[in-house]
Amino acid sequence: MSTRASLAGKGILRLFLLLQAVFVVYPLVWNVLASFKTNAEVMESPWKLPTSINWDNYIQAFSTAKIGDYMVNSVIIVLLSMAVLLFAAVPSAYVLGRMKFRGRGFISQFYMAGLFIGGVYIIVPLFIFMNDMHMLDNRFWLSAVYATGSLPFSVYLLTGFMKSIPLDYEEAAMIDGCGYFGILLRIIVPMARPGIITLIVFSFFDFWNEYVLAMTFITTDSKKTIPVGLSNLMQIQQFATDWGSLFAGLVIVLAPTILVYALLQKKLTEGMSLGGVKG
Amino acid sequence: MTMTMKSKRTFFIIACLLPGLLLFCLFKVYPTFQIFQKSLYLWTGLSDKPQFIGFKNFVDLFHDETFLLSMRNTGFLMLVVPIVTIIIALINASVLTQSKLKERGFYRTVFFFPSILSFVVIAILWSFIYHPTMGFVNAGLEMFGLGDWAKPWLGDQRTVLWALAVTLIWQAAGYYMVMYMAGIDSISPELYEAADLDGASRIQQFFRITIPLLWEIIRVTIIFSINGVLSISFIIVSIMTGGGPDRHSEVVMTYLYSQAFTNSNFGYAMAIGVVVFIISMLLAFISNKLTEKGAH
Repeated sequence: MSTRASLAGKGILRLFLLLQAVFVVYPLVWNVLASFKTNAEVMESPWKLPTSINWDNYIQAFSTAKIGDYMVNSVIIVLLSMAVLLFAAVPSAYVLGRMKFRGRGFISQFYMAGLFIGGVYIIVPLFIFMNDMHMLDNRFWLSAVYATGSLPFSVYLLTGFMKSIPLDYEEAAMIDGCGYFGILLRIIVPMARPGIITLIVFSFFDFWNEYVLAMTFITTDSKKTIPVGLSNLMQIQQFATDWGSLFAGLVIVLAPTILVYALLQKKLTEGMSLGGVKG
Repeated sequence: MTMTMKSKRTFFIIACLLPGLLLFCLFKVYPTFQIFQKSLYLWTGLSDKPQFIGFKNFVDLFHDETFLLSMRNTGFLMLVVPIVTIIIALINASVLTQSKLKERGFYRTVFFFPSILSFVVIAILWSFIYHPTMGFVNAGLEMFGLGDWAKPWLGDQRTVLWALAVTLIWQAAGYYMVMYMAGIDSISPELYEAADLDGASRIQQFFRITIPLLWEIIRVTIIFSINGVLSISFIIVSIMTGGGPDRHSEVVMTYLYSQAFTNSNFGYAMAIGVVVFIISMLLAFISNKLTEKGAH
């Protein structure tokens, strides 16, 4: 292949990638621009820049639309879910990955089967069950459901990590008189840290973005999470046509996601190669 | 009495497994059994006593026009979205790994980004992209002098499913691309070098090396993607179109949800759940069988 042809090829390739990048990024840029526009400007043309940087939409989003309250709920629920998930998944994965006992194979298979049970089609029986147990409209129980949703994959991912830690560490600790719980907390948890961090990153996005369960199980407005709050806002704005504060709300939700992504982008795509192996 | 070594160990194992198993059984296993059992009941309200009616819910389902339409729409999305998503993801992954462009990392970051966004945010954004007057699809067409093509994309029953499919593809293509890039990185570079020496073109290399060696990952992602469409289409449809116009974008999950939570038709909704469960298992099985041949 001559160099000129390969140069032209590279040019076409670059154009091809650039066009796609524009296609991915432009909707987001447009959203940020629209959040600074007045209503009249939003209606006018999607290509124009806002005439001035106008923070009114953001003030509106926090004061009238209560985005701040939804955000606090989302943070609480993400933290609770994470705590429940780690509390359930780390010890299970440790035992399943490193100890031999009767029923181990069965329990591992049992969790694997859970990978195939999706969230939405069990939502009806789940709703009825939680209604009977008075677990509805409760942020803790919503978090417990979130944690359970991520449990099969988490156990699977962490079991793999646990298996890769050499056995000598435990034996040495055992000789030093360290008990089982001591080994788990002081030796295994620190050594499985890369796996645990990958898990936290992935579940952060899952929990932060979850919508269907939150919409169904939480009824009190003051307990709602951000995705639910936003979709309510969208429905209201269609009649009130106050687009600006909806766009500001979207940017407020996007900001933490972008921040976490920027910080942890590497971890995330590395984790993807772990997940990719799972076949 | 102090515990013996052995009973200490047993106690530890149980203590470790119990929280996880308890959650798993309560919030996953029990509801799954319930959809199968309660799909055989007439149950129309939380305070009602369920009444056993055998397979009547299932018989009704197959005479329910809206259900059949929603199955057709879901089937369309389950076919179009995974195929297009995976093709785009494969092309991008192989272009980015093979071309050795300096901007490779940048594109990887950008293309992956939509897959971590909230589906709600994506759905709201795309409702505005398709908006008949404010959206930039129509504004863009007008700019290029194609104003005649402008239309209410989500309000026209001929375009609504395609418009939703584009949104679903936009959301997922980067995710699968990153998975494939990880796979391609693990293919020995010597294979490509040898192919280069033999004079194989990039396109030949793509079909003869990349696709066969990634085949196992591709098979898994097909199943992932089909299942993904099933659950994501629920959020996208309920926010972007509400199933309209005239139910032409109703998907199976939105129909299940409205039967349960709008009509309090719990038994019927669970029968829909059972059908969806069985179909998604069947699809996984079929796509597994169909793609088996390509495995090397």
